[in-house]
Amino acid sequence: MTTTIERSPAPVTSAGPSGPPPARTFRVARHSLALARRSLIKTLRTPEQLLDVTLQPVMFVVIFVYLLGGAISGSQTVYLEYLLPAIMVQSVMFASVATGFSLNTDVKKGVFDRFRSLPIARSAPLIGSVLGDLARFVVSIAVLLGFGYAIGFRIGTNPLTALAGCLLVIFFASAITWIFVLLGVIMREPGAVQGTAFLVLFPLTFGTNMMVPTDTLPGWLQAWVKINPVSDVMDAARALITGGPVGDTVTKSILWSIGIIVVFAPLAVRFYRRRV
Amino acid sequence: MSLAFQAEGLVKRFGKTTALAGIDLAAEQGSVLGVLGPNGAGKTTAVRILATLLRPDSGRATVGGHDVVKDAGAVRRLIGLTGQYASVDEDLTGTQNLVLIGELLDLRRRDAKVRAAELLDWFDLTEAANRPAKTYSGGMRRRLDLAASLVGRPAVIYLDEPTTGLDPAKREDMWGVVRSLVGDGSTVLLTTQYLDEADALADEISVIDHGKVIAHGTPAQLKQIAGGQTILVRPTDPARLAEVSGILAAVAQREPESPGRGVLTVPIDDDRAFPTVVRRIEEAGIGVMELSLRLPSLDEVFFTLTGKPATAEVAA
Repeated sequence: MTTTIERSPAPVTSAGPSGPPPARTFRVARHSLALARRSLIKTLRTPEQLLDVTLQPVMFVVIFVYLLGGAISGSQTVYLEYLLPAIMVQSVMFASVATGFSLNTDVKKGVFDRFRSLPIARSAPLIGSVLGDLARFVVSIAVLLGFGYAIGFRIGTNPLTALAGCLLVIFFASAITWIFVLLGVIMREPGAVQGTAFLVLFPLTFGTNMMVPTDTLPGWLQAWVKINPVSDVMDAARALITGGPVGDTVTKSILWSIGIIVVFAPLAVRFYRRRV
Repeated sequence: MSLAFQAEGLVKRFGKTTALAGIDLAAEQGSVLGVLGPNGAGKTTAVRILATLLRPDSGRATVGGHDVVKDAGAVRRLIGLTGQYASVDEDLTGTQNLVLIGELLDLRRRDAKVRAAELLDWFDLTEAANRPAKTYSGGMRRRLDLAASLVGRPAVIYLDEPTTGLDPAKREDMWGVVRSLVGDGSTVLLTTQYLDEADALADEISVIDHGKVIAHGTPAQLKQIAGGQTILVRPTDPARLAEVSGILAAVAQREPESPGRGVLTVPIDDDRAFPTVVRRIEEAGIGVMELSLRLPSLDEVFFTLTGKPATAEVAA
């Protein structure tokens, strides 16, 4: 600590760290991106954190296709085609829990105190976390498609439509992420975030037509599966990736995603602002 | 006179615990305010309110004239905060930590990198710049944390117990940093449980205990509260100790003590006693290695103010 640096005199009335502040929205976007890069660096530095988005869905595919596939649809290849797009939806939803979990850990540590003492929008750290973790969804989908291809899964539409299907799944997962971001800023312990998240996720992901068509289910369960938006997203993913009637599933998926974001993102920011 | 920050009657309760029971703090621009108190006195709560991280239950606080509650955004543009635990991101390298803060402060990425390099160099972290912060020692983390709070060249810097847990050499380094910040015109709020630290760095000290300011003044004024100064003499020739003892006894009207070999001390009440002692020792032709007028330590001040030693409170 021998060298000194050039420091301009700092009068208390100084306007801030740089010149005129750019437009507000632009600043929020830029700060969010800087914070998203932080999340991304953290993910890359600890790749073992990606186990839940890579190995876990692959295991699900193996279990369902080879253990149950034959019994359920008589052919493992046919069943794989039915199951894989739905497993994609399930795996990114499970992956989104980690965002709330790590956010909760961050808030408890001092790092977020620093962010909160900076002249940035309160929403920026939350948006940054959600954006940064999009990478986890991409990895998960890539691994599933790669593994699926190795065991005989083929895209039934065309690459562009399939890509649109993947993007739809990612968009829906980023909406779901806001639910766990909200849990992350409300809950006291990271463990509580995870516990509550799974309570939410099991009925949402398994209570769908993921494994078997809806009409094979008992009536009360059919009622739930039909109102569960995750069923729509799974159907939309199947239609766009393996082919089949799209119907209104894509529209419904997009509307649900927007609806979830509109409700949960402002709530999360509000609770984050109030959190001491 | 212009105040860099001012807090008036701050009250903060957490459930049934009253952390702040109506506290006033203020510092002039370019000065260091030392907030001295034992653990649990409310130091951190006061800093968090001034840093816009907490809202007071009552009372108000301004930084650079901006209200910390109503105009928190303007306050955040002026402040830098270093907590008692280093709030750096452990997975990020030193450079990445500082560049991130720079970008959040609207520096262009290139400028943020330049600023990061500058600060890393200043804090002797250049060699560790590209290692994740989790590989840093405690002292390095603390330095990185302080560097992070300086990225935006804040006008007001809060240092919440910046040297707690640092070894003595690192403490001296940190003190040097604080002095150079003030030399550059920043205002510093320094909380500490170390009385010598407040003494060494602060222009004015607010002593707080149980959420209240129990004394405020310059270090010298606070020491006067505890009363009495002490003269210390160490003659070059130990054989002349008896003569020195005679002079001290005659001036101070009480028997000197010998706290160490070859050293004599005597408490005095009169400001003129010290020059008299100096003159008489000179007249007697006695050479001295050490001759000083010592104010009471802040430990003694704290004891006088609270009726209990600060260290006992810290252990509680």
